[in-house]
Order: sequence, then structure tokens, then C-alpha cells
Amino acid sequence: MADISHEIQQQLVDAFQSKSALNITGNNSKTWYGRTSHGLPLNVAGHSGIINYQPSELVIKVRAGTTLSEIADCLDEQRQRLPFDPPYYGEHATIGGTVACNFSGPRRPYAGSCRDFMLGCNMLNGRGESMHFGGEVMKNVAGFDLARLMTGSLGTLGVMLDVSLKVLPHRLSEQTLTIDAGFTEAIEIMNRWATTPLPVTAMAADGEKIYFRICGTPSAVEASRKQIGGLLFEQGLNFWKNLREHQLNYFDDPQPLWRFSLPQAAPHIRIDDTPEAAWFIGWGGAQRWLKSELPFNQIQDIARKAGGDATLFRNGDRSREVFAPLSLPLMQLHKRLKHAFDPAGILNPGRMYEEL
Amino acid sequence: MSELGSKTTVNWQQVAAELAQLIPRDSLLTSKEELVPYECDGLSVQKQRPALVALPNTIEEIQKVLKLCHYRKIPVVARGAGTGLSGGAMPLENGLLLSLAKFNRILKIDALNRTAVVEPGVRNLAISEAVDHLNLYYAPDPSSQIACTIGGNVAENSGGVHCLKYGLTVHNVLGIKFLNMEGELIEIGGNRLDSPGYDLLALMHGSEGLLGIIVEVTVKLLPKPEVAQVVLAAFDDIEKAGQAVADIIAAGIVPAGLEMMDRLAIEAAEAFAKVGYPAVEAILLCELDGTKAGVSDHIKSVEKLVRHAGAIEVRTSRNEAERLRFWAGRKAAFPAVGRLAPDYYCMDGTIPKTALPRVLRQIAKWSEEFQLPVANVFHAGDGNMHPLILYDANKPGELQRTEEFGEKILALCVEVGGTITGEHGVGSEKLDSMCIQFGQLELAQFFAVKHAFDPDGLLNPGKAVPTLHRCAELGRMHVHNGQLPHPELERF
Repeated sequence: MADISHEIQQQLVDAFQSKSALNITGNNSKTWYGRTSHGLPLNVAGHSGIINYQPSELVIKVRAGTTLSEIADCLDEQRQRLPFDPPYYGEHATIGGTVACNFSGPRRPYAGSCRDFMLGCNMLNGRGESMHFGGEVMKNVAGFDLARLMTGSLGTLGVMLDVSLKVLPHRLSEQTLTIDAGFTEAIEIMNRWATTPLPVTAMAADGEKIYFRICGTPSAVEASRKQIGGLLFEQGLNFWKNLREHQLNYFDDPQPLWRFSLPQAAPHIRIDDTPEAAWFIGWGGAQRWLKSELPFNQIQDIARKAGGDATLFRNGDRSREVFAPLSLPLMQLHKRLKHAFDPAGILNPGRMYEEL
Repeated sequence: MSELGSKTTVNWQQVAAELAQLIPRDSLLTSKEELVPYECDGLSVQKQRPALVALPNTIEEIQKVLKLCHYRKIPVVARGAGTGLSGGAMPLENGLLLSLAKFNRILKIDALNRTAVVEPGVRNLAISEAVDHLNLYYAPDPSSQIACTIGGNVAENSGGVHCLKYGLTVHNVLGIKFLNMEGELIEIGGNRLDSPGYDLLALMHGSEGLLGIIVEVTVKLLPKPEVAQVVLAAFDDIEKAGQAVADIIAAGIVPAGLEMMDRLAIEAAEAFAKVGYPAVEAILLCELDGTKAGVSDHIKSVEKLVRHAGAIEVRTSRNEAERLRFWAGRKAAFPAVGRLAPDYYCMDGTIPKTALPRVLRQIAKWSEEFQLPVANVFHAGDGNMHPLILYDANKPGELQRTEEFGEKILALCVEVGGTITGEHGVGSEKLDSMCIQFGQLELAQFFAVKHAFDPDGLLNPGKAVPTLHRCAELGRMHVHNGQLPHPELERF
């Protein structure tokens, strides 16, 4: 619980002057994500604490080093939550790291992503200049939306000092149901449900079952349950948490774990010599996990043919590219944008792409 | 980048002749009569006749126009339906106006993935109409939705009455294709929830035509809710209405729409639309949508909450016709207020909801001082207020007084922790107020971003972000810790 923004800024200014690369860290819960980045550690975990929270405004402003659990506890007292259901991937995960990775949980297709709830931030660019973008109100179109741009930029554009996020009330009642279905059928059923006004807040499929969560007032949940059928799944709460945290048995594997981002209704992908059990479908079909030793380019080809792209999410060789390649004009634009924030190229160089 | 476009002299006859080689002659407007309709957007107090209007028919034609303009260093202003309220599409004296009106086709509807691919000139409402038979709709509903186009919606990051629950344009668009000033086609996002790299999709939203020319948009479609119902609550004190808003949110309810009107706005709306609004100090309209069971539960809670907050009358819509009637007054509020005076000036600040009583009291005080009446309509759920200042442009000095009053309101919005614009954009209108909200480091960073997309500063130059010079002249330059921003950028 301290404001150490001046120390952070000083380190950044020094690094800018000496042109030495920095490796921005929080509590190291996501060091495995992205490419390996080399540089002097710039630890922002000490910059923590809730700056402002007024439940009726549905906005919380917190320093980047604040842990997700501290935020969750604070919101919980007022029966509110971070709507994007962030994965922690470690007990002491910070909000800064979560926003930098733009990580969102099972609720994402129905509630929105981390970037959707990002309202504003104070940040330092690669010169160590302190700036404020966005705000603590829900509607704000003054100036370019650089706060949202920071979301998912993996610390390559700036160091976030604090963020303001929109929050929402807790759901009143939740139930998880299951229906037996293989992947092909699961994709069809999940997307059919998604075109109806059912109060869905999560859908996943493991090749044997569809897991389906509905939320709302108790009578609304009951009515929806009657409508779609299925068996009540008593371990629903744990299931979604374990899926979010990658603690299901499926994820306990040293193989490279790929994340496919696809059109939600894209047909199930079959790959020669890859067992069905290597797949796990989340986000109602929009996010698909694959455990595979296939080479990067081959995986990207498969993803492209299915209408999306793939990320080497965990494991594998992290000294090479892990994110899908960008088109040439898009990469040029990325480089110019990186230069606009970080002209000396000292912020997490290479963490996202080798060239950034 | 100079103020409102390049001052270099362009031989427009020659440019028109060159353009006529690239696109059909009837896609170019050059005569005074043809150009007049384009001299302003929805902010009609600011007018500037363009030197030339191009209405290309294909992406290739836009590319040719852009390449020529890039070569000749001619600034380009993109325009959709021209319904914007901040002068974002106001032409530049020495610039070309690029109308995207002909790009009005819906290219693809993907029912199973709940997405549609549309050209930028497709009207907002036309999307929902086209997918109505699939029981789907496009959620953002700016009040101009019957006329405004999706390209403009992206450029302004438009909101609407339902954005508390369903988000702004940025939350409902999955991908865009845009052209840079060299005419190069760049694709970001697509038919899925996310894509790798920086979130340029978010950056393009609300960038007011300064970063690229949008030529295609992929939007997200939502299933239509089973049912929607509205509670209309009347209050004898606007602060009690504000309390009701806080109580509804605190109870864990997220209404689809939550709108407030004050006495003058109610009277105007009632006189205009005759929907049976009670003559009171404030009306709250709270819409709930979803499943029948869920809405029924929440309606009961909201009725109880507003009564508890002091509502003197509570009505709940019993059917769709009544729901639409409750909304009709609110939706007609702007034209209705427009009948009270020859002109009105619409403000668009957003504030933390708790600051509402203070801000409303101050606006009432200034209203007396400036002797200009104000009607207030308010997206109460998300703090976005639209004070409408009534004035008469034919009375000498009254427009100037109105603008001065407006600027004071925006400065107050910033002071209480809000912003100068919630959904209408900065455009050419709020450049001075931008100097209050942002310091020189932020402005310099905006210019650096602009430079990354548009190194020659030819895309809608002079809009959205004021030059450091302009802010310095206004005496509103903020200096953070004595730091100097980006020395490589042109300033002073």
C-alpha cells in the first residue's frame, strides 16, 4: 500500500538516458507469457493500493501493483466484481499484469474483456513522462483512447501506474448444467444457444460434455434451466474457477499449449495424428486450447484456415515468436507506434514480437 | 501540424481535372451549389465550404483519391451522414471532403457467429433492420441512429441510451479495414473476439478521422431480449431522482437504459410529443430487458426502490406500445427543446454520478447569470449529461455568451472528475476545452500517435487534438514537473 511512482519514474528516466532495456515485473505470476525479454528488472509491485472506489459509480481506481485478490475482496464487500473474470495464474497476481496481458476469464464472450472495462490510466512512456489518459467515468471520447491501447500491450508501450476499471454487480444466482456432446456437436449447440436471449455467462466443452452456466434472478435461472434441459452440475463453481486458472487436469501437461482465437461457430478442427483429447473449447467456441508439438508455422496455417490465429500460450520455445505474425503494413504501424511511446526501445523489448 | 489544415495554395481546378482522370466525373462536386450542403455537419454554427467533394464508388477509387491527395499534400476530411455534433466532419478551406455515402451495402450477415460485415456508409439502424428476422440486433443506438452511419459511429465511438448495459461502439465492433493516407489497406480484428498485436481497434474508435479512412466494419450482433419494460418515475426534486439512480445501481441492477430529464426538458417533450409525462421536477426512465422472469423480478425491485427514494408517481409499461410511448418523449427531447428557442447548444460532458447535484446547481446559477435557459437531459446510468442551452443566434453576442457558458460547464465537468465529451467527440468544437482536460505531455503523445499513422498530418488535421500552441495562447498549458514533451514535434 504505497505510492512509489516517483521511484519508478526515476528508474525509467535513468534507463532512457542510458538506453538500457527494462523488464517490467509485478509479482511474477505471468513471466511465462509472451516472449522472453531481457533487461534490468523494473518492479512495480510495490506501487499498490486502492485509490478510489465508489460502488454507485461502478468504477474502481487502483495502483498497478494491487493484487487481484485485494481488489476482489474490496469489491465483494459491496457485492460487486471485475466483470471480465480475470485469471490469476498465481496467488499474488497484480492488476497491472492482468491489464498488460488483457487476460479475461470464462465470462468474457458474454460480459466483455479486460480492455472493454478499461476506463483510464496514469502511465509513464518510454521517456519516463507521466501522463493521464481516459478517466473514471464510463463514457469519455476526449482524445485518442490510449488507455485501452495499453491493455494487452505487454508493457511495450509504457508502464501503467494506476488503472480505472468499470465494475458490475455480482450475479444474483448461478447454475451450471451439462449436456453430453462431442466437440462438433458442442460447437453447434453452444452457438445455437448464443443466438437466443438465454442469460448465459459461460460455455465450454471438453469433448465429452458441454458445460453451460446461466445467471440471473433465481426465477430467471429456473426458467432458463427448464428451457434448455441438461443435468445440474454441482461442482460448477470449482469447474469454472479451475478452467479460468488452468488447473483442470487437461492443463497439467508440459506440451506446448496453443490458444486459438476463432469465429465462435467455426467448425471443430481435426488434425491428423492429434487426439481429440488434445483440444479443449472455451468461450462458447471463440477460444480453443490445443496441446501440440507441431511447429509454429503449421499451427498458424491451421488457425488461419479456420478463420483466426493462434498464440503459443504456455511452454514451448519462447525465444522465438509466440504470437501470430502481423501483416507487413500492420507490423510497420506497430513499430511506428512503439517508437511514438518508447523511442529508445527500452520497454520490455521483444516481449510481444522480436521487432517491437 | 497546423491549425485546421494546410495553408499552402492549391490549384483546385488542376486537382479536379486530375481527380476526374481517377474517378467518374459525376463523383466529383465542384460548383458552389453542389458544395454548400457539405459546409457543416450536425454542428451547424461552424461552417466552411470545402474546396472539393469526392464521392468515390469503390475502395480502389478512394485509394486513388488518397494517393493523389498525399502526393499533392492536400488534407482530407472523411464524412458519413454528417450527423456528428462536434464539427468532426466540418470541411477544411484548403481540403478535400471525402464522402463515404455510396458505401452503403451490407456485405455479409453471419447468423451463427452473430456478426455482420458492412460498408462504412451503412446507417446504424439499417443493420438492426437487416437482421431483425434472425432475432438479432446491433446494440449501440445513438439518437441519430436513423441517419448516422457505422463509419461515423466508429470514428466517434458513439454511445446511445443503452450503453450502460451494452457498451459503446468500441464494445460492439470486432474488426475494421481502413486506408492510410497513402491508400494502403490495413485490416485489424475480424470475425472473432480478439486478434494479436496492439489494440488498434480500440485506438481507431473515437479517433475522429485523424488516423485512417474506415472502409469496412465487422459488427457484433446480439440476440434480441425476450422482453423489455420501462418504469417511469416522477420526482418533485431532481436530487431525489439522482438518489434513485444510485439506489438502483447499488441494488445490483444494471438497467438497459436509465435516463433523467429535468422540468424544462419534460415540459418541452410533453408539449411536443404529448406522451402524458407528469409536470414535475424530474422524470426517471428505467428500462429493464432480458428474460421474462428476470425482467419481472427486477421491475418489482425498481418500483420499490424509486418509491423509497421519494418518487411521487410510478408507472410501468404494460405493453410494447406503452414502452415506446414512455420513450417517445425522451427520444424527441432535442427537437422538442429546439421549439422553445430559435437555437440550442447541446453539451456532452460526463461526470461521476455523485457530482450531479453540485453540477446541476451550478448550471442553474450560471443559467441565471448568462440569462440563458438550460434544459437538462441526462444519461443518468453512466453520468453523461446533455445540458441544452437555449439561445437566439440572431441576437448580437448571444452565441458567444452561449459558447462561453458551455465552456464553463465543460470545465466544471473536468473539475469534478469527469470529461468534456462523453459521446459527441471533440471535433472542431471542443478544442479549447481539451486544453483544460489534458496537459502538454498528453497532447504531445496524441500528436506522436497521429504522426505514427499519418506522418504528413493530412487526415482531418486540426480536429480532435489542439496544438500546444493553441493551448499556450489560451493560457491553459499544463506543465507536468517541468518536463518538456517530444522535442521532435513541431510546436510554437
